[in-house]
Amino acid sequence: MKKLLLPLLPLILLLPLGGCSHALVRVKPYERGNLAKPVMLESMDPLQTAMTEHAYFSREAGFGGGGVGGGGCGCN
Amino acid sequence: MKLILTALLLFSCLPQSLVAAEGVAVGQPIPKLAPLLPGAKIPDTAGKVVLVDFWASWCAPCKASFPCLNRLQAKYAAKGLVIIGIGVDDEAADFTKFATAMDAAFPLVHDSAHKSAAAFSPGTMPSSYLIDRKGVVRHIHNGFKGAKTEKEYIAEIEALLAEKP
Repeated sequence: MKKLLLPLLPLILLLPLGGCSHALVRVKPYERGNLAKPVMLESMDPLQTAMTEHAYFSREAGFGGGGVGGGGCGCN
Repeated sequence: MKLILTALLLFSCLPQSLVAAEGVAVGQPIPKLAPLLPGAKIPDTAGKVVLVDFWASWCAPCKASFPCLNRLQAKYAAKGLVIIGIGVDDEAADFTKFATAMDAAFPLVHDSAHKSAAAFSPGTMPSSYLIDRKGVVRHIHNGFKGAKTEKEYIAEIEALLAEKP
């Protein structure tokens, strides 16, 4: 019995992994309606984002600001 | 060693085999639409060149493709082209609102259960399938790239229409 089970062991161990397979987990292109909703946007309020980024850039400009190259006095 | 090799082989084959098993490919016959879209009015496609287009109200390129599909309908419907637009919106209200706004000249059907979408397994939104007079898928378009896609549609449709049934 042991001899019979041993070759089958990797197969048995691998079976649950099938559930993680690409085809089963992936959200299909036609199922992306909910992901396309405005509520899923990274920034829901563009003005708020712009203001926050401006404040961050002004404060942290010496450090490099919001991803912009170089430093500065932060007086823009 | 043999065991490890078997395991590796199994592991690498399993996901691919599942992916390969689904969807419609070029050269395959089109799945029967009536059982996939219960209650929908599907036009008669026997002996016709068929363009099956998958769209959704939330997909911007789909919106851009409608004027092109309307032009194709106007130009080729009388010559034997049937366009079927399958909407995959979850909500019937979204489907109806978009369908009304787009003013499509060809039949639109709603696939809220995603049954036909699962059968075709479109790779992107929109995706369209050009089917010849014998019911075999001849061309698959993933996405809509404006004038470039329209040009391809025209060339392919004209070639398929010229084929004898």
